[in-house]
Amino acid sequence: MLPEISARFHELKAQIERSGDARLARSVLPFEVPVIDTMLPNGGLAYGALHEIAGGAHGAIDGAAAISFAAGIAARTGGLVLWAYIQPDLFAPALALSGLANDRVVFFEGGDEASVLGCCEEALRHGGLTAVVGELSNLTRVASQRLQMAAETTGTIALVVRRWRRQVDARDFGTPTAAFTRWRVTALNSEPLPVRGVGRSRWQLELMRTRGGGSGDFEVEACDEKGAIRLSAALADRSIETGCRSIRAAS
Amino acid sequence: MQGMVGRRRVVTAVDGLAQQKGIRVGMPVAKAQILIEGLEVREADPKADDAALGRLSVWALRHYSPLAAPDGLDGLVIDVTGAAHLYGGEAGLVTHVLTQLEDRQITAYAALADSWGAAHALARFGGKSSVIVATGKTAAYIKDLPPEALRLPPDMVEELKLMGFDTIGEIAAQPRAPLTLRFGPELWRRIDMAFGRTPEPIEPVEAPELISVSRLFAEPIGAAETIEKYTRRLTEAICLKLENSGLGARRLDMHYVRVDNRIETISVATARPVRDVKRLSRLLCDKIDTVAPGFGIEKMVLSAPLVETLSVDQVTASFSAPAKPDVAELWDTLSNRYGPERLYRAVPMASDIPERAVKRMPPTSQDRGSLRSSQYRRPPRLFRPPEPVQTLAALPDHPPRAFNWRGQRYSVVCADGPERIKGEWWRTEGEAGKVRDYYILEAESGERFWVFRAGDGVNSDTGSLNWYLHGKFD
Repeated sequence: MLPEISARFHELKAQIERSGDARLARSVLPFEVPVIDTMLPNGGLAYGALHEIAGGAHGAIDGAAAISFAAGIAARTGGLVLWAYIQPDLFAPALALSGLANDRVVFFEGGDEASVLGCCEEALRHGGLTAVVGELSNLTRVASQRLQMAAETTGTIALVVRRWRRQVDARDFGTPTAAFTRWRVTALNSEPLPVRGVGRSRWQLELMRTRGGGSGDFEVEACDEKGAIRLSAALADRSIETGCRSIRAAS
Repeated sequence: MQGMVGRRRVVTAVDGLAQQKGIRVGMPVAKAQILIEGLEVREADPKADDAALGRLSVWALRHYSPLAAPDGLDGLVIDVTGAAHLYGGEAGLVTHVLTQLEDRQITAYAALADSWGAAHALARFGGKSSVIVATGKTAAYIKDLPPEALRLPPDMVEELKLMGFDTIGEIAAQPRAPLTLRFGPELWRRIDMAFGRTPEPIEPVEAPELISVSRLFAEPIGAAETIEKYTRRLTEAICLKLENSGLGARRLDMHYVRVDNRIETISVATARPVRDVKRLSRLLCDKIDTVAPGFGIEKMVLSAPLVETLSVDQVTASFSAPAKPDVAELWDTLSNRYGPERLYRAVPMASDIPERAVKRMPPTSQDRGSLRSSQYRRPPRLFRPPEPVQTLAALPDHPPRAFNWRGQRYSVVCADGPERIKGEWWRTEGEAGKVRDYYILEAESGERFWVFRAGDGVNSDTGSLNWYLHGKFD
């Protein structure tokens, strides 16, 4: 009896997935790092969805590592990108080092958070872009739902980089939003070089939450000139179990 | 130049040389001819002057503001409310107007004030080639000007002078009733206009070849939905007109004439010529919130002051992938809603100094910039201005061992550098010979910083030898 039910269940499930609901058959952007991709539903970062990124430790204030990570993702989407921000301390030539060339990104310098949100929503609804990045400190549930719905209509990736004026405000990152995934990027000491100098940046990449997926911590090397991250050389040869923490329940 | 005032032949305009010889406007021609032998007198042609002034106002309408008109027989009035930022503020706008007029060989005086009356007075009687009056300071500027500046009939000015009034301030300080009794309401109306107490709408000039459509309403309209409906209808009408002449609009001005004779204007601009009804009406309707209908709107005029030929493009469509929407539309929507200066592409420049490494270009620009320094390691966050830090570093070229920044101590684990950047002596004199030595520092916590020392560490004339934190790496 039981195998019959289970077979029927799988059949129905496949039927639903085939039935053309665009939301179910959402395409994804894989990181090409198997350890991370297995944690994400359908093996990658979902297109047409909102993803939240914040910096850890002092990075919560400046978000330097977080925007490089966002730039790498935006670069790999392959199309035009809109980047909206308020605090004018972004140095555009550095984004090209993470793969986002200057002719593929248009910046929007907003006067307040409302204009950044409005601009992001408009850009997401338009559909001519492949990714929209917004630097915000507050992201209410309603605002995140609006961004999520705008992203769904066109399949554009929405990335919100959270940065705060003060360290204590970073606690806000725990409040629930409609984001599909939530990441935290913290700078780690770079790989020691055989000579004097500073090697390629390394990050502690925390996947804090995924809708319908796992979570985990990874030590990765920062984006290369194509926007790709890779597992830190010290960890790359180890097995998956030691590379990341055991899977936690997604909240 | 001579012209007729009544039955007398008088001088109406003089050139610089004649002015030096003592000839003044208003002097009888006979007297001028006695003063200078062989004086060349030409007949004034008011009609041609009028036409030329009309052409000039159309030019102002196209370039500066949707509200521009001839002012009297010798001036232009432009309502620059909300239009000055395109030229870098009010001073920039005035300079631009004056240089443009100079290129056309027109000597002009400009004044920018809160009211039409004050600007009129200051331009003609202020005595300076350009005056900009700060908001609310009108009274202080115009009180010392003569009564002629008030745009009153000449005989009234004569009488005022006979009564001993030499400045506007003196008249304005008098009680109203006795002067009104003597001169009628016109005097105080003009004074109130000059001080900005009475509104004075500018009826914009209409260019003959200007493509425009208008609609009159029997009953004034006021509801936002109604305004939106008719805005759409007018957009449809103007797009049809544009299509007939093979043009696309680069700018659209919508004038809403209110029952109290004020004109509310919204203006939208596009990066490329457009005549898509949906797109244009969306841009216009986005701005309807800014229109205050007051007691109602009785007339709407939509005009396209800036048009370009719009060729028909072949749309490539394939069965496999639907065509991507045109992003130019998105840039237009955003720049009309939030301001065109907010949206830009960051184009790298051929400069090693980080503060000058980026130039802002409009989003539709094709400029790729200089790739000269694209391979250098640069931080994604750059602090402007650089923040001073206290460091522990050995001279001349060792990176710091530790530094204090924002009240926190960081000890350095490893460092890279120096990367020496020299001042660009061809830009400012102060930069000649100045040096910055940049280091990449990695702190114990894993954070990476971009710091520099002003000066080469040996000669103090290359810089102050202070340390600054300029950026933060990923």
